[in-house]
Amino acid sequence: MVAKDYKPCVPLSAIATSSTHGEDSPYFAGWRAYDDDPYDAINNPSGVIQMGLAENQVSFDLFEKYLEEHQEVSNLVNGVASFRENALFQDYHGLNSFRKAMTSFMEEIRGGKVKFDSNRVVLTAGATAANELLTFIIANPGDALLVPTPYYPGFDRDLRWRTGVNIIPVNCYSSNNFQITKQALEDAYAKAEKANIPVKGLLITNPSNPLGTAITRPVLKEIFNFISTKNIHLISDEIYSGSVFSSEEFTSVAEMVQERGYYDAQRVHIVYSLSKDLGLPGFRVGAIYSYNDAVVTTARRMSSFTLVSSQTQKMLSPMLSDVNFTKNYIKTNRDRLKRRYEYVVERMRECGIECLHGNAGLFCWMNLKPLLEEATMEGELKLWEMILKDLKLDISPGSSCHCTEPGWFRVCFAKMNIKTLDVALARLTSFMEKRKKT
Amino acid sequence: MTRASRDSDKSPPEHNLSSSRLKSDGPEMRIIVPLQGVVQGRGGLVLGSLLPCALFYFLQLYLKSRNRPSQSRPSSPPPLSTPNDHISSPSSPSSASGSSIHRTLSRGLLSPRVHPSVSSRAAAIARPDEDSSYYVGLKRCREDAYHRVDNPEGILQLGLAENWLSQDLVLDWLEKKAHGALLGGERPDELNIMGLTTYQPFDGSNSLKIAVAGFMNQVMQGSVSFDPSQIVLTCGATPAMEILSFCIADQGNAFLVPSPYYPGWDRDIKWRTGVELVPVPCRSTDNFSISTAALERTYTQAKKRGLKIRAVLIANPTNPTGHVLSRETLIDLLDFVTEKNIHLISDEVFAGSIHGDQSKFVSVAEILESEGIDKTRVHIIYGLSKDLPLAGFRVGVIHSYNDTVIAASAKLARFSSISAPTQQLLTSMLSDMQFISDYLEVNQQRLRRMHSLFVVALKQLGIECANSNAGFYCWADMSRYIKSYSEKGERQLWEKLLTVAKVNMTPGLSCHCIEPGWFRCCFTTLTEEDIPLVVERIKRVTQGPK
Repeated sequence: MVAKDYKPCVPLSAIATSSTHGEDSPYFAGWRAYDDDPYDAINNPSGVIQMGLAENQVSFDLFEKYLEEHQEVSNLVNGVASFRENALFQDYHGLNSFRKAMTSFMEEIRGGKVKFDSNRVVLTAGATAANELLTFIIANPGDALLVPTPYYPGFDRDLRWRTGVNIIPVNCYSSNNFQITKQALEDAYAKAEKANIPVKGLLITNPSNPLGTAITRPVLKEIFNFISTKNIHLISDEIYSGSVFSSEEFTSVAEMVQERGYYDAQRVHIVYSLSKDLGLPGFRVGAIYSYNDAVVTTARRMSSFTLVSSQTQKMLSPMLSDVNFTKNYIKTNRDRLKRRYEYVVERMRECGIECLHGNAGLFCWMNLKPLLEEATMEGELKLWEMILKDLKLDISPGSSCHCTEPGWFRVCFAKMNIKTLDVALARLTSFMEKRKKT
Repeated sequence: MTRASRDSDKSPPEHNLSSSRLKSDGPEMRIIVPLQGVVQGRGGLVLGSLLPCALFYFLQLYLKSRNRPSQSRPSSPPPLSTPNDHISSPSSPSSASGSSIHRTLSRGLLSPRVHPSVSSRAAAIARPDEDSSYYVGLKRCREDAYHRVDNPEGILQLGLAENWLSQDLVLDWLEKKAHGALLGGERPDELNIMGLTTYQPFDGSNSLKIAVAGFMNQVMQGSVSFDPSQIVLTCGATPAMEILSFCIADQGNAFLVPSPYYPGWDRDIKWRTGVELVPVPCRSTDNFSISTAALERTYTQAKKRGLKIRAVLIANPTNPTGHVLSRETLIDLLDFVTEKNIHLISDEVFAGSIHGDQSKFVSVAEILESEGIDKTRVHIIYGLSKDLPLAGFRVGVIHSYNDTVIAASAKLARFSSISAPTQQLLTSMLSDMQFISDYLEVNQQRLRRMHSLFVVALKQLGIECANSNAGFYCWADMSRYIKSYSEKGERQLWEKLLTVAKVNMTPGLSCHCIEPGWFRCCFTTLTEEDIPLVVERIKRVTQGPK
């Protein structure tokens, strides 16, 4: 037996002990503050209101209604054969019916302009896993992905942590509403070249998080030319595609690929999930759609590490295939989000705060530069802290999204009911009023 | 028993078009491309898609009959070039890593001159698993699965360690209680549906952790209690194992693994972590038990090669040999890892599948509690795919006494979280202790029965099995039926079993067994009535012409 005075210090891996999980930013600190002191209308009216989490609960009632009207959905099994298929079934292809249901839903979101092949869908437990998987597949440790700023703070973790891949920002500026430009792409690529870092792909979020805008066609064309010229992959994270306020304003990369007759499509991959559009983040349903066969095959095998519960697939399959339901859901969801967005923007405008003109998503990209003591990142962080501590509002500072200009904040409005939203807006507006007087 | 037909949910058979490589400038394209352009111009999307597709299809048939390479049409999404393969099977030989179907523009014959590469990790994974008979066998069995009525000449599946013996019990529970459990709200700790849809803790809900800890305790017959706060839940034991590996080893490091071992580890652990697995051979003369001497030897050899060993990885009960590790073995292992200051990973997924008389499972956790050893180096992997027939629901467990491992794993679990409604359902099921107790008892009886019937049946064929008291399989010695006592001989026998006897068994070579001729035969996907059929089939090889 081992001697009692032996001092063990069994070593762990670099991954376990590093901070590349990227969770040191205010983005996550705000969540923790909320967890410690969450707002409740009755029990904790002075608590922190969560506006830092992009979750969609505005259309939850539609989902609930569907479940009530279709009791068989939650009745998971009918017979031994079905049980065996369901509970035992761990095929990384996923249920055929569910993959078809996903493509049907994705086509519905794109207004029928795009045709998807369900054989090209690889299911993952959430878009988080899908993004990481694609990164593993297209890049080696030490390689880089180009990512336009500002971007979702989670990418620092999801794309880099276990993969060992770097992110090179493609800087965007308010002067053109943070749109991606050819110059910005070229600059980022050149920077990587200079540092001897091989660039393997460009990852865009369309519609953008945190900007809340859909990427326009001309910009997409530039992007396609860029990736072709540089011979790199394109990952289009389209998890907010069902949250564009109006379907005419959204162009999926799938549309571009189709219009180009699938020319050079093998570099294009789409990430989707039910977490935002359907408001089902707890269900962990994500998908990769790739036009590249090797990527599909590899992703499928790699998805062994992140399979979607067969029970969940079985449960959601009929709902997503029900075109009446999905049509109505998508339309209602879009309308409600649009109204919320306009409501928030208008209230803010009334007290002198401008937001970026957005047309999608669960948030506003708010310009709080006028409130900064100094127009620096430090000034922004000070403001963020004050808003969290004094106003008890968790909003996400642009610096955590790698925004090039201080003063921008992402403000989520879809996780709360309208009463809570009013409370939050009241806190902001009364603060603004006080400030005006002083 | 009717074997479950998975055809309804299997991916559709591969389209003819897609099994071939495209050429961008073959003569066929020169006919079709302008045609498509014309059709699309006048006929719109539907005609533009359908007509060329149809023409192409017929063209393909014609070309195929002339045995020439053919192409496909881009007006609908390009079909896949590889046949869809099951979780345990390799891709078809036609899939090469890093290449893809070329597409052409309708307005020209341009094709991209260069293609973006995939990573070396991906390239390695995308390669066909020609070397792993474990996966090849599973795949071929899928493609020609036995069915008593529809395909009586199909391949009998003895290569998949799934337990179908007691599904009826779980089914019964689900039928009665699933609906209520899912929509919840009855018990104070149950979420209503809104609670299920929102973001959950990525490493699993507290209620499920508590329920799982309780279940593990029940499975191990109360011999050890597990602290839910030392548990991280993941969508399957596969990601649990990978996440744990990421936490305790860096790329290029290695684990010592007593062999023969579960073939899946070669994939699950090595792929993305870059961690090597170094087999520590065990011998039939010792009934394949693990010896410290062998560990020492392998450790020293690995060190000489410049490999840094970070852990010893064991399965307890063992797979494929199917026995429970003794207390002494566990203590020896703990001494070894302590002395080397490395980790011990104990994969205990079969802990609840003990069928031997007088056999009692001892978890490494039990030893730790009684022996006062540093616990921070010991980690347990568990899951619900074996002891309960719920592989599709995806539930895996990392149990560690190391707070840093738990903290890191909990964060990494975001890539592999369990679906919330599934968590809710299982919390309910696992908390039903009476049901679990009944299930474990009946299941054990059925396992015991099938195991003894199967061993007897194999004995009648002259096939002896290693003594086993756990798991879903027998570890059978078929060495007298291999032509040459070598890996090649074993491979030939395996091939014969698959093609002549039409029985899929897992050959020892895919489990890194150093003695040729051993095969893992799972009996839990059979009924008693199937056993005579299995015997008849095997006779085709054992008694047929050599």
